[in-house]
Amino acid sequence: MRGNDNRQSLFQPELVRQAAIESVKKLNPLVMMRNPVMFVVEIGTLIVLLMLLFPRFFRIEDWKYELAVFVILLLTILFANFAEALAEGRGKAQAESLKKTKADTIAKRISAKGEIELVASTQLRKGDIVLVEAGDLIPGDGEIIEGLASIDESAITGESAPVIKEAGGDFSSVTGGTKVVSDWIKVKITADPGESFLDKMISLVEGATRQKTPNELALNILLVTLTLIFLIVVVTLVPIARYVGIHLSITTLIILLVCLIPTTIGGLLSAIGIAGMNRLTQFNVLAMSGKAVEAAGDVTTIVLDKTGTITFGNRMAAQFIPVGGTTEEQVREAAVLSSIKDETPEGRSVLELAKQQGWKADVAEYEHEEFVPFTAETRMSGMNVQGIPYRKGAVDAISRHVKQLGGRIPSDLKEKSEQIAKQGGTPLAVSVGADIVGIIYLKDTVKPGMRQRFDELRKMGIKTIMCTGDNPLTAATIANEAGVDEFIAESKPEDKIRVIREEQAKGNLVAMTGDGTNDAPALAQADVGLAMNSGTMAAKEAANMIDLDSDPTKIIEVISIGKQLLMTRGALTTFSIANDIAKYFAILPAVFVASIPQMKSIDILHLHSPASAILSALIFNAVIIPLLIPLAMRGVRYQPMSSEKLLRRNMLIYGGGGVIAPFIGIKVIDLALGLFM
Amino acid sequence: MWHVFSQYTLIFLLLIVIAVPLGKYLYVAFFEKGKIDRFFSPIEAVIYRLSGIRSLEEMTWKSYCTALLIVNAALLGISYGLLRIQHYLPLNGAKVENMEPTLTFNTVVSFMTNTNLQHYSGESGLSILSQMLFVTMMMFTSAATGLTVATALIRALSKKGKTIGNFYQDFVRANVRVLLPLSVIVTILLVAFGVPQTFLARMAVSTLEGGTQTLALGPVASLESIKHLGTNGGGFFGANSSHPFENPHPFTNVIEMLSMWCIPAALPFTYGHAVKNRKQGWVLFATMFVLFVMMLGVVYNAEQSGNPLVGKSGFAADQGNMEGKEVRFGIPLSSLFTAITTAATTGSVNNMHDSLTPIGGLVPLALMMLNNVFGGDGVGFVNIMMYAMIAVFLSGLMVGRTPEFLGRKIEPKEMKLIVIALLLHPLIILAPSAIALMTHMGTEAISNPGFHGISQVVYEYTSSAANNGSGFEGLKDNTAFWNISTGVVMLLGRYVSIIAMLAVAGSLVGKQPVPETIGTFRTDTATFGVILFGTVFIIGALTFFPVLILGPVAEYLTIR
Repeated sequence: MRGNDNRQSLFQPELVRQAAIESVKKLNPLVMMRNPVMFVVEIGTLIVLLMLLFPRFFRIEDWKYELAVFVILLLTILFANFAEALAEGRGKAQAESLKKTKADTIAKRISAKGEIELVASTQLRKGDIVLVEAGDLIPGDGEIIEGLASIDESAITGESAPVIKEAGGDFSSVTGGTKVVSDWIKVKITADPGESFLDKMISLVEGATRQKTPNELALNILLVTLTLIFLIVVVTLVPIARYVGIHLSITTLIILLVCLIPTTIGGLLSAIGIAGMNRLTQFNVLAMSGKAVEAAGDVTTIVLDKTGTITFGNRMAAQFIPVGGTTEEQVREAAVLSSIKDETPEGRSVLELAKQQGWKADVAEYEHEEFVPFTAETRMSGMNVQGIPYRKGAVDAISRHVKQLGGRIPSDLKEKSEQIAKQGGTPLAVSVGADIVGIIYLKDTVKPGMRQRFDELRKMGIKTIMCTGDNPLTAATIANEAGVDEFIAESKPEDKIRVIREEQAKGNLVAMTGDGTNDAPALAQADVGLAMNSGTMAAKEAANMIDLDSDPTKIIEVISIGKQLLMTRGALTTFSIANDIAKYFAILPAVFVASIPQMKSIDILHLHSPASAILSALIFNAVIIPLLIPLAMRGVRYQPMSSEKLLRRNMLIYGGGGVIAPFIGIKVIDLALGLFM
Repeated sequence: MWHVFSQYTLIFLLLIVIAVPLGKYLYVAFFEKGKIDRFFSPIEAVIYRLSGIRSLEEMTWKSYCTALLIVNAALLGISYGLLRIQHYLPLNGAKVENMEPTLTFNTVVSFMTNTNLQHYSGESGLSILSQMLFVTMMMFTSAATGLTVATALIRALSKKGKTIGNFYQDFVRANVRVLLPLSVIVTILLVAFGVPQTFLARMAVSTLEGGTQTLALGPVASLESIKHLGTNGGGFFGANSSHPFENPHPFTNVIEMLSMWCIPAALPFTYGHAVKNRKQGWVLFATMFVLFVMMLGVVYNAEQSGNPLVGKSGFAADQGNMEGKEVRFGIPLSSLFTAITTAATTGSVNNMHDSLTPIGGLVPLALMMLNNVFGGDGVGFVNIMMYAMIAVFLSGLMVGRTPEFLGRKIEPKEMKLIVIALLLHPLIILAPSAIALMTHMGTEAISNPGFHGISQVVYEYTSSAANNGSGFEGLKDNTAFWNISTGVVMLLGRYVSIIAMLAVAGSLVGKQPVPETIGTFRTDTATFGVILFGTVFIIGALTFFPVLILGPVAEYLTIR
């Protein structure tokens, strides 16, 4: 997983510097207006600034106090802007690295007459056909219409091993900016300039197209309401206090208002949203919208393909089976020799199994032997050892191969290979020269750790449904081994969409992963569709998330990130609101104590002086924002557990902490201020 | 001390013994086809025929709300006309004059909104006809209106579709199946303990000193029953439930307290039955009950400690604060009455709230500011549900799910509606209080200037906004300014939240419920109760902190 090694530390100096500049730029009221809570703070700051500029008009006696208030208020806004800018900056840094791959290239467009003309990649339009040869960058997104090539997609996925793409089937789509390493292909361009996959990725990561999600909107409504309520409280306090002869200064009122409105969550809200998307990007998953990320947190059912998701696919050698009277050792040796230079998972698994069975040999010994790679035509691979061809491949392909060499087919080959197929495995025939010596039983193996992951999902209250083309018997075996909740055997592509619809009708939110064109309708139907980058363009377009690493199990991480995003919002909101209790106890006695000396007795914090009490509350209110930036960026820690436990834990930390923390914080700041005042 | 504790415990137990089966009865009466239909349906059929209601089909929230508003507006209009010409109408033996326009406005609004803030004096402001046609009718209809809103919301949470019930059916059932039978029972009980029930308006008696005295009488017991059952609060006599004919005996005191408390306390259980999860109801009940007991503890303690100024002037202060209280009830039952009447937003009083100690007076204020500790018939339940939705919103986020309430997602649309109601309550208390304290029109009514003056003004608007109707009676409030401003506050306090919450009901009923899994945040646990408590306490109370500090708390601190 590339995500882990390129994870940026939170406060890279360059990013911090950029964010600092941005946070000043964001003071522009037109920008601030998008965040109503902080906009109120900005208006308050401007009023205090006016008071400093025209002290006589406002009858200011102690300009130092007003100056201090102005500075703290300004810092409060800058801190909030900084949080947002930092989150955006991290996205931009990721976008920059993507942009580098977007360098303009020269494309070889094939005209209607069949001639090749050189044009800039930016001039390509949907429907154009281009030729891409070894060493060329693919000039735009498209489908391969002719040819087969291995393509280096590391620019986008970070995975350095090239992948094979060919015309037709599920592996025909190519992405602009990736590089053809060998062979050639003809590509039909499917996206106009500016609309390509890479363009979309860049704008997503930059946050340019970020829209507020429904949940964010709902929370914003609550925050704006709280702001309005406290505005009413503060404004009405003026005449009410005046009735008993207490005159409240404008500065005091602004401080009271700023301390009471939920600035902590207001300042961090958009940073939380952006950071949530960034966390996904770090996992190499691209979400097409923030809404999809939130929906992921709500998922209650996951529909998974067996092959490639839960199991490795029919790829792991499990047994060497002799045919035609050979011994197991003979089969093993032949299998090993045909696989020794084979870097495919099947090849490696053969060596792995042989080693387990006690085979030892020096690989270097065969260094100079000729490797025969797998091709679509021959459907077999192997090695020529001192001229003798060792081959393994599909049973019919090997059968044809030995017949060509004049050999004969052992009588028990058919029976034994059919038996393997019946058990849900794949038989690979192994030949030495013109003789078929045995079969490699490639078994579907459940990926390590899957069981544990499904247990985790169950703890989160998420049901897993496995779809497989296998017969019910095999399906049940695998389902049991992996620990999924339900399975659908002998499923056809249209079964997936049926299952999803059924689950949705029960009110479940369904997530699924898929890669083939067949999967596109189901991906579109699912609430969260995670397409594999290796899949077809149709699948990618239908999905609302794309996994660049093409690892279907990542859906689990995606769900965790969705939950984490919501939890972080909830935690900081609760914290922010709970803070108000302590702020009241600090500010209100200080405000009234001059006129009502007895108010001293509700100053339970025993603060140094009224002025220091008020400033302490305001300073606490400001510094808590940068202190919580790491939490906003990383998200609240999420462990799968029952909602009841999770709630109790989070309420205790963020609700209880929200009540207590400011009491301590304000007292400490007051003690520090007391040294100067 | 322990006798107070045991009295309270006994009354609480009685409440639970009444509220739990009453909750079930309300469920059967409104939601279940069953035996009781056979008894009540013929009566209701007559009413439907007489009033021309032909269709009892379920309504969308919009038509439900429209029907509610039209019925209320019509009753309002008729009542206004009635009071303005009562002088010329029959049954006016005492020759009561027509009511002045602003006072009429205030009075009809006050009764229609279940507030019963009486700026007129009970005995002399209304003719017998007005008492019977207007006061008694409004006491039934306003309580029934409140109940319909609760049933609509409960229905919305317990089914899926587009409709939330038929307003006319709910309204008629609330009267026929709930309020009428219950008030008959309570009336008989009250009469048994000596509350008068007669058409005799006056009775002359000779006093022990040999003089003669004219006693005002009337059908007191029947009014008293619906006054409390309907959480109305408007008294037959100006002195309300402290008057010996309205509330002669400690037993009648207990009956009255339980009658105003029982329907608001039963509705959570009704809800539990309707959503097929009785624990849901218990959690709501328990949360409100804990809030209530806390408040009761504060008022009892403050009254028992008495007024320090009395002690300082050389009088024995160990009696506690008996000013404004009836000796037959004493401090414990007066404190309890005060707490219940403001929690259930009834507004009847058996002691004068203006005479409570500063902290004692803070309790009824705070209960009305919260407006969701049991609350008035139906509307109180709707209010606590509104806070429950906010609590669910915050805690749903905390477990990483889009917040859902009984499987229904709380999204921007519902949030917008909820916050309208949330925002309005402090606005209509604080803004008019500020205006009143700023202007001569407002301040001239205050009888005790200073911090207590703030309490008087804020109390009046809080009582209006919460549709409670009790007053810090020191305020001289029968002026155009007070009549109109409190009238507007009562209207807003009642109908805006009703419309908003019916809209929430209409929106929730249409949602596909999300099935419950272990990852779902549950609302039937003690944890949720604690969170709901915190939400009510922090969001509901923080708003009023400053004004409470300047009013009761400052008064308390300065007389210590």
